[in-house]
Amino acid sequence: MNFKHKYFFLFPGLFVLIGILIFPIIFVVRLSLSGWNSYNPGLDYIGLENYIRLFTDDPRFWESFFRLSFLSVTTVILQYVIGFALAHMVWKDIKFKRFFRVLFLVPMMTTPVIMTVIWRTFFHESLGPVNDLLSVFGVAPKWLTDPVIAKFTVIIVEVWQWTPFMFLLLLAGLLSLPKEPFLAAAIDGASPVRKFIYVTFPLMAPISIGAIIIRLIEASKIMDTVYVLTSGGPGTSTETSSFYIFIKGLREFQMGYAASMSFTYLIIMIISLTIIAKVLTKVLLKE
Amino acid sequence: MNKLYIFLKYFFIVVWTVFVVAPFLWALTTSFKDFQSVNGGVTYIPWVDFEPNLEGWKVLIKSPAKGGVDIIEPYFNSLFVTCTASLISIILGTLSAYALSRYTFKAGFVKNNDITFFFISQRIMPPIVLSIPFFLFLSSISLLDSLTGLIVVYIVLLMPIAVWIMVDFFNKVPREIDETALIDGCNPYQAFLKVVLPNSIPGLIVAGMFCIIFGWIDFFFAFILTFTEVQLLPVKIVALNSSVTPWWSLSASALVSVAPLIIVAFIVERYLSKGNLSGAIK
Repeated sequence: MNFKHKYFFLFPGLFVLIGILIFPIIFVVRLSLSGWNSYNPGLDYIGLENYIRLFTDDPRFWESFFRLSFLSVTTVILQYVIGFALAHMVWKDIKFKRFFRVLFLVPMMTTPVIMTVIWRTFFHESLGPVNDLLSVFGVAPKWLTDPVIAKFTVIIVEVWQWTPFMFLLLLAGLLSLPKEPFLAAAIDGASPVRKFIYVTFPLMAPISIGAIIIRLIEASKIMDTVYVLTSGGPGTSTETSSFYIFIKGLREFQMGYAASMSFTYLIIMIISLTIIAKVLTKVLLKE
Repeated sequence: MNKLYIFLKYFFIVVWTVFVVAPFLWALTTSFKDFQSVNGGVTYIPWVDFEPNLEGWKVLIKSPAKGGVDIIEPYFNSLFVTCTASLISIILGTLSAYALSRYTFKAGFVKNNDITFFFISQRIMPPIVLSIPFFLFLSSISLLDSLTGLIVVYIVLLMPIAVWIMVDFFNKVPREIDETALIDGCNPYQAFLKVVLPNSIPGLIVAGMFCIIFGWIDFFFAFILTFTEVQLLPVKIVALNSSVTPWWSLSASALVSVAPLIIVAFIVERYLSKGNLSGAIK
């Protein structure tokens, strides 16, 4: 095919993206080497001071990072298990198949912050329906103000919001599977459980890896939910990396320090996602 | 064994359905309550538990001068920003995806896959990393607190999605159809516009729906990059969540914000059951 035309197709998109991004990315790196804060706004040069502070003197950043890892891994595992189960159930003919498919997709179409506002009233400790129903059993969990339970509230909301996305990816995968292996299994008289373990699941492995990675990427950005639901509280018990960077950068205006955290965080994310992708590929594809 | 399986299956589906529907039902009943029926204890059923009224809904269309919240302007702002950014992302993303699917690029060690990965990797970037430079960048070209500024930012969020879905889609459209068109005397642009694009409509629709979803549900950038001149719907609604929370209008506005995307859910499901989405996601 012709060689000159290919650039006319590729370049508009590529250059727009690079054009918008090049300044911010270079700027984050440069900003992270400066002491920009509200008393002293400006791009001075203080070397690696921010990074030294981050690695030696800021346990809060690392705590928020481990909290984020815990929250995102837990939610993605739950989403995968539930999403796979749901997709498997509405894959073959059941009554009202289309109704359930649409219904199970709806939560991902809703704006997370707006639904979180509703969830806040839902889990309200004295005026919300959850505790009202639970009062039959004589318990009243502090959904938003107990450091441990608040984490699970965040997980519940995230699972509600994003299981549909997992469901969508996995259902699309199931619908694209070839028919022959299932015919063969049916001829062999395999039970549903064996059919799932030996046919469906292995065929779904590559799609599963893709879906899990995509969800991990998105889950690691979790911020809106936390901001509205608990504002990182009580204390710092639901504070995630993004939220901590947000507080430092756009609340306390320690721009330089926040930039160094952003950059470090970005590098850690890229490295850990690459490792997770490699490990998952090994485990799921080669036993 | 089989009966138990079917029982468990329906049981699970019912439980999940209740979980999915519960917050919507709660929002729906709450939207008809007033101060008394919210704060006097938990109530569920209108007319039995509490006397319903339309205050929560009426307040949404009143002007702020009369004590309303006026979500109409933010609503159209949100629609405008989402649709414009999605459209631009789809056009640019589709062109790039077509190039990456049909031609080979090589510049040093950079090959097609690396360019595709560059596009998609923008999704890995946590919004917070970009928020600070975008804030300073947009204020330096005085696009902070403007619709244009938001559209520029949303293009970065949405174009990766368009490229990701369309590259896979074009890979499934047989190369022969554009080759035939070229032999028949079309130039590459005509071949793309007249032959390839009409064959890619399902892919374009799926990519478009995803762009709209991820544009519509964004809160973070709208929250950081706009203040008073321009307000998007999520920011406006969350701002209601202040000291004395008006649960009724909050619930009503939440339901209004969900409404347009329910249509998107139907469209996505339609293409899903036709098997067209399967090629788009892998």
